[in-house]
This record gives sequence, structure tokens and C-alpha cells, in this order.
Amino acid sequence: MNPAVETYPPDVRPPSLPPVHSVKLTVNGKDTELQISPWTTLLDALREYMDLTGTKKGCDHGQCGACTVLINGKRINSCLTLAIMQEGAQITTIEGIAPTEGNASQLHPLQKAFIEHDAFQCGYCTPGQICSAVGLMNEGKAKTTADIKELMSGNICRCGAYTNIVDAIEDVMNQKNA
Amino acid sequence: MNSFTYFRTDAVDTAVRERASEPTAKFIAGGTNLLDLMKENVEHPTHLIDITRLPLTTISDNVDGGLRLGALVTNADTAYNEQVIQRYPLLSQAILAGASPQLRNMATDGGNLLQRTRCYYFYDTATPCNKREPGSGCSALNGYNRIHAILGASNHCIATHPSDMCVALAALEAEVRVTGSNGERTIPFADFHRLPGDTPNIDNTLEPGELITAIDLPARGFPEYFQYLKLRDRASYAFALVSVAAALEMEGGTITAARIALGGVAHKPWRKPEAEAALVGKPANKENFQAAAELLLAGAQGYEHNAFKIELAKRVIVRALGQAAKLEPTA
Repeated sequence: MNPAVETYPPDVRPPSLPPVHSVKLTVNGKDTELQISPWTTLLDALREYMDLTGTKKGCDHGQCGACTVLINGKRINSCLTLAIMQEGAQITTIEGIAPTEGNASQLHPLQKAFIEHDAFQCGYCTPGQICSAVGLMNEGKAKTTADIKELMSGNICRCGAYTNIVDAIEDVMNQKNA
Repeated sequence: MNSFTYFRTDAVDTAVRERASEPTAKFIAGGTNLLDLMKENVEHPTHLIDITRLPLTTISDNVDGGLRLGALVTNADTAYNEQVIQRYPLLSQAILAGASPQLRNMATDGGNLLQRTRCYYFYDTATPCNKREPGSGCSALNGYNRIHAILGASNHCIATHPSDMCVALAALEAEVRVTGSNGERTIPFADFHRLPGDTPNIDNTLEPGELITAIDLPARGFPEYFQYLKLRDRASYAFALVSVAAALEMEGGTITAARIALGGVAHKPWRKPEAEAALVGKPANKENFQAAAELLLAGAQGYEHNAFKIELAKRVIVRALGQAAKLEPTA
């Protein structure tokens, strides 16, 4: 939680500022109520108000994909939507993709495959890459390696781990189809 | 981002009334372009009206045999819609040529039409731009203008419209349904976007406060002979240097109807009826495609960094028509 906002009740805010809204979000299956300004992006709400810092801020302009999360199972750029607009939606971040039943240290198959295929170097783009790959598999449109490359084009990796990223995704897709 | 107030409704008339009550308000749906421009301090609405809950989210058949795309259907849902794929594959192809999967999952069809230019100077608030700040001048005219217009520009603005989807919609002769304080009306696609002239700050012919409710596709969808061909600086996730939406109807080897729209070359999707008419009744061959390309590019003017687009556009037109006519492989 961000204490600066928490301890700033609406009646003492400067009069030129619009009121803070009470925003209810459902993130990784959990309901949370935040007191935030309407211009708070979903990305900032996750990172700054909910301490879900797995989702990364790269460019903050929808060009790099580091902020990719799933809204009702579909991948989006969380930097280009307002948190307040996502009330009622099922929001899934990198922290919420692993299976919850049984062993708490379980990984999602894509997380495992990224480790096995060494699909990162610095790791900054990885949460976005993995969430994007979850979305890609939900969509079911990628059939070939070329399709994976095209449909992962919204995620930039400045270390250039692309070949291993594609291998990791292809591996999980093949496991699923096997 | 500037401070603003937020309002949400699930009724079209409430949204329109709310918008009419505050001239500096804006509608927000996908937000992919508007929020970006707000972060860049290019757009600064005082009030945002969230229209994502309006009942404009379906694709349905029209009585005239066409298809209606609700304004809030996402670009992804449109491109992957079975009806669109079967009947308007050109549109599906064009949408999938643009943006990224994440953005296509967010961006709406209505919003796609309202994208603003990607001119670097429009985004850079430290430089003059007549589109952003009327009367301040055009930095692109004598600046770095590689991605800029070669057709229909003015000495006030040489920006291009960035959409791929709109190029296909122009070729398909879609209609835009809008509603506002003065009621509903329908705008033919060719009249929706405008050329810059001396008011480049105005992108389209919407009246202030009007809301797009749907895009109507006519029954004629050119499902047999079509091609959207986009050339850009990298293989994916980049705006077009030049793109072509080509649609043909053919009998034997003879063209019976032709539509050609260009993207990346003007302030709006570029069509030239003479170029299309010139193909009708002619055999589908390179010579006739070249003649159509010359007609489409008539009057084109290049600037320091984008003159290459004139010849490039002609070649892309010839290739796209060849692919549409199935004379050339598409890969």
C-alpha cells in the first residue's frame, strides 16, 4: 500500500484535485479495494498500491510489453489502461499464473520452460513475456514457429533472448498438444 | 498525465449527454492511443467518459446482407471473427498487420478510426506542430519526414493516418454510424477522415461530441481476390511506410471490379476512383496494374526523406494487385 495516498483523506486534498476513487479490483482471484486517483494506470496500481512488482514498467507507452497482464484471460498492456476501468474484470499477473493447489512452490509450465531453455538474460522482460505467452496459448492461433514469433512481437527483449523464448513457448505448446 | 475526472455509464444517451456538458471531455474505450498521448502531454482532457460498458460490443448481420461491427468490438475479436474471415478477409488481414496482440486485444474498432498520427513532431511538445498547436508551424516539412505523406498533404501538415484497419475499410467502402446531440447519422468511409488543408488539427468529420456506435460493412466483401500488403522498417509491430488494400472481382482473367486503398501515404486512406475504373474490363496483368499505380500516385510529392515512397508505393500496388489476382505468391 502507498502510505502517501492512504494518509491523504479527500477533504484535505488541494481543491484543484479531483477526488480519490474507491476502486475494487480482482487480482489473481483476490478482491482488493484501493483509494486511487482516476489517472492511476493498472500497471501503477499493481506495482505501487498492491506491491505486485512482478509486472514491470518498461516503456510505459505500450511498445515493449514488459507490463503485459491478463484481463479475463486476454493479454493486454497494463500501462495503457486505467485501473478504475478494470473494475469487475479478472486480472491475472505473473504472481498468479502458477497452479495454486498442492505444492506452493509449483511453477506454471511456461515458467519451467523459460528456466529450462534459458529464455532470459537480465529477466526484466520475462514476466511480460510469460504472461504474453499464456495469452498466446489461450488464443490458440499460433500453429508454427513463425506464428509464435509474429504473435509474440508485442514483447521486446533487449538482451535478445528471442530464440530461447520461442523455443520455450514451442516446447510447452508441444507438451500440451502431445 | 494531467488530472481529470472520471465518469462511467452503460447507456449511449447518457454518455452523449455527459460529453455535451463538458467541451473538453473525451470518450475513452481501449485507451491505447489516448492514454499514451495523455502521458506525452499531447492530449489533456479534463473529464474522461468510460464507454467500455456501452452495449456496442457485438458483430451482427445487417438486413442489406452486410455486417455491423459494434464500435466497442476489439480489433482482435474483429480480425478473428468467423464472419469477417469468411466474408471480409481483407479486413482481417489488415487488422492483423497492425499493432501487437496485446494492443489488438485492447483497441476497439471505433477507436481505431480515431487514432492520431504518429508524426514524431506531433508527439514532441517541444517542437512546433500545426496539428497539435494550430498556427505554430510544421516541423516535419523541413525536418525528418521519412514516415510522412506524399499525397494530399498541405504546407501546414504532412502527417499520415497510421491505421491499417482503416485502409481496408476504405477499400470495402464501409460506413461509420455515429450518434450525437443532434441525433444519428451515417458517414461514408471516404468522407470520414479528411485531408489536412489549413486545419490539420481536425482529423475527421465527426461533429464535436459525436460518438461512433458502429461500422457497417456492405454485402460486397471481395472474399475471393484480395490482398493487404504492408511494407515497414521491421517485419512486425511497426507502422506502415506504405500499405495497399487491394480487392478485385474477376471473371476468367478479366477484372470486373477493383478497389485499391493506400495507407502510410496521406492524412487519410488514399483512393483514386479513376485508377480503379481503369482496371475494369481489363485483363489482370502487370501492365494494367502499373497503369493503375501511376494513376494512384498522380500528383505525389516527396520531401527530403520520403521521396522513395513514391516509387515504393507503385511497386507495392503492382505486387498487391498481382497477389490479389492470384498471379503471385503471397509469402
